[in-house]
Amino acid sequence: MLKLSKAASSSARKATPSLRRTLATVADPPVRRYGGLKDQDRIFTNAYCRHDHGLKGAQSRGDWHRTKDILLKGDSWIIQTIKDSGLRGRGGAGFPSGLKWSFMNKPGWENDKRPRYLVVNADEGEPGTCKDREILRGDPHKLVEGCLVAGRAMNATAAYIYIRGEFVQEASHLQQAISEAYAAGLLGPNACGSGYKFDVYLHRGAGAYICGEETALIESLEGKQGKPRLKPPFPADVGLFGCPTTVANVETVAVAPTICRRGAPWFAAFGRERNQGTKLFCISGHVNNPCVVEEEMSIPLRELIDRHCGGVRGGWDNLLGIIPGGSSVPVLPIAKCGEVLMDYDSLKDAQSGLGTGAVIVMDKSTDIVAAIARFASFYKHESCGQCTPCREGTTWMMNMMDRLVLGRAHRREIDMLLELTKQIEGRTICALGDAAAWPIQGLMRHFRPEVEKRIDAFRAGEGGVMFGGMMQGEVDPTLAVPDNLGAGLVEPGDRVVA
Amino acid sequence: MFALQLLKRSCLRPQVARRTIHTSIPKRSDALFVHRDTKYNNPKIPFEFNADNLKKAEEIISRYPPQYRKAAVIPLLDLGQRQNKGWTSISVMNYVAKLLGMPPMRVYEVATFYTMFNREPIGDNFVQVCTTTPCMLRGSTDILQATCSHLGGIKPGETTKDGKFTVIEVECQGACSNAPMIVVNDDFYEDLTPETTKKVLDAFAKGQKPKPGPQSGRHTSENSAGLTALTSKPYGPGEFCTPEFS
Repeated sequence: MLKLSKAASSSARKATPSLRRTLATVADPPVRRYGGLKDQDRIFTNAYCRHDHGLKGAQSRGDWHRTKDILLKGDSWIIQTIKDSGLRGRGGAGFPSGLKWSFMNKPGWENDKRPRYLVVNADEGEPGTCKDREILRGDPHKLVEGCLVAGRAMNATAAYIYIRGEFVQEASHLQQAISEAYAAGLLGPNACGSGYKFDVYLHRGAGAYICGEETALIESLEGKQGKPRLKPPFPADVGLFGCPTTVANVETVAVAPTICRRGAPWFAAFGRERNQGTKLFCISGHVNNPCVVEEEMSIPLRELIDRHCGGVRGGWDNLLGIIPGGSSVPVLPIAKCGEVLMDYDSLKDAQSGLGTGAVIVMDKSTDIVAAIARFASFYKHESCGQCTPCREGTTWMMNMMDRLVLGRAHRREIDMLLELTKQIEGRTICALGDAAAWPIQGLMRHFRPEVEKRIDAFRAGEGGVMFGGMMQGEVDPTLAVPDNLGAGLVEPGDRVVA
Repeated sequence: MFALQLLKRSCLRPQVARRTIHTSIPKRSDALFVHRDTKYNNPKIPFEFNADNLKKAEEIISRYPPQYRKAAVIPLLDLGQRQNKGWTSISVMNYVAKLLGMPPMRVYEVATFYTMFNREPIGDNFVQVCTTTPCMLRGSTDILQATCSHLGGIKPGETTKDGKFTVIEVECQGACSNAPMIVVNDDFYEDLTPETTKKVLDAFAKGQKPKPGPQSGRHTSENSAGLTALTSKPYGPGEFCTPEFS
């Protein structure tokens, strides 16, 4: 007995030091805070159009500074720099840009006699997004120079900038920049004196959200209806006019020269691993002072709003939800808004997305169902009509959402609507179907009680509603009603007459 | 007896029988997709670019490879629309098709797909009110109401009787940080309130053109309570660059 207790105590004594040792080896990683970018690290120094947007002004702000030397470094140096900088596409999908550009330079590309194109996507139409507009009207030379540098990286012969038709002022600033660059010999047969031949053309669209999708944009640029193409073949093999093409967002292209000049490590120093860089964020909706601002990636969402927009209208506690990346991503409720960082991975973990960095803030006065229903009608309007699930589904979703705004629906229709979104998601050629489905899924994920409350209130006031929105009271009692309309279903609040 | 029963039953029924299936084609769009010849819109009305636009058209066509002249169809239709008082008639489409050497049907396809081509005549000033969610959150419903009531109670899609204004509702115009906004002809009027909207419309009614951009006094899309970024002088060429490029 004594022996046993002795053994037990000795083993306890032995265990204690080893335990202590494991605890001692754990060290807290240093906490790093993001945000608070300095002016000297901002790339778009004329985002607010407070300076001259012409060539002279742009050159005084450092554009076109030794572009020749960047070009002479060659394609692989530029691509490696972009890869090292960790730049990811700023148009929404977040694909690593260096990798994407390198697809153009497959082994043996020199033997391909076809012309090669860079297409810049300036068809900014995502609700909430207004960042490219500031680049196009304030810093057009950054984009034109970016076309040259990115074009050199992928050995392109010409760049087409597809700008949305509504941006008339922006298109004129950009055309001015292109003309100035040609006149100064920065573009053309001997761009910047480097011996590289490069042309930049401007193409104005005519009002179609779908043309922001890369293959639809190519179709539209070819003078057809903007209906997305099936992939493969990918645009890097068969793209614009049947030639190798890469489509890139305005912001992605426009930051390239600055990254090349200031070095990849400088750009990679901002933001978290795999989400590096700076980004233009556009904040709209219920904040005190909506604005567009360039900030460090991974800045906490709350800090972004408090620092640059004067906070949420009526204080943070008055917040209802935030759509962090434009209309195509699901809404976040207040609890999550307080903890997410504005980068690709953090928002993905929160079941949303960074999208284009368009933050739409909604306070407690918002009718959230109506706000999402408006998105549903937006997608219905903008669906190109090529794939059946999207063409028909967006109309169905709009009709159902419009009824849910009033509450004129059956409770079971919420699940039917969700099933409908699942039937559209992933079953279409392009991502517009997904984009139309996600806001509704986000609404039901976080605000389902609100929708149910509305349905119950309508039911209490107006009487029972069948599937499809017809009132039970409107049904002719002498007719046999099909039982798939839910007329006979008992609801939780109903009084059952025995 | 039987006849009485029948009479009773028919009395119970509602007088107007409700038909539960659709009997007409649902309207899927706000604009008609087919062309019908009318007095003001038929292929016999001549249309040709004037000398100035013809020169512009040549320049636009030269941007595309010679075997892909049809890529210029959207810019040319836009040019034609501008020359044709803001709308694209069937003659404009036919002329563009002839100019680019493409089948007219391909041009009709394009003209019906894109929302910026008006296939019906519009007023002198084309007012487009954005009502998508970011604008809606900032009160675009009031702006739309103010616009319509100020122009004599017309509905979206209609033209005023004097032919001065056409109002339509449009989807996101990409100025969300400056919501709510309207577009009049080619210019954006942002940061509106119902009062400033009326002021803008009044100026257009008088034939003037108010200054585009935010109507609240801010410059572009900066924080209206004072700059939170880009407060210092922008850095110059070579500053902060790697030694190679400094």
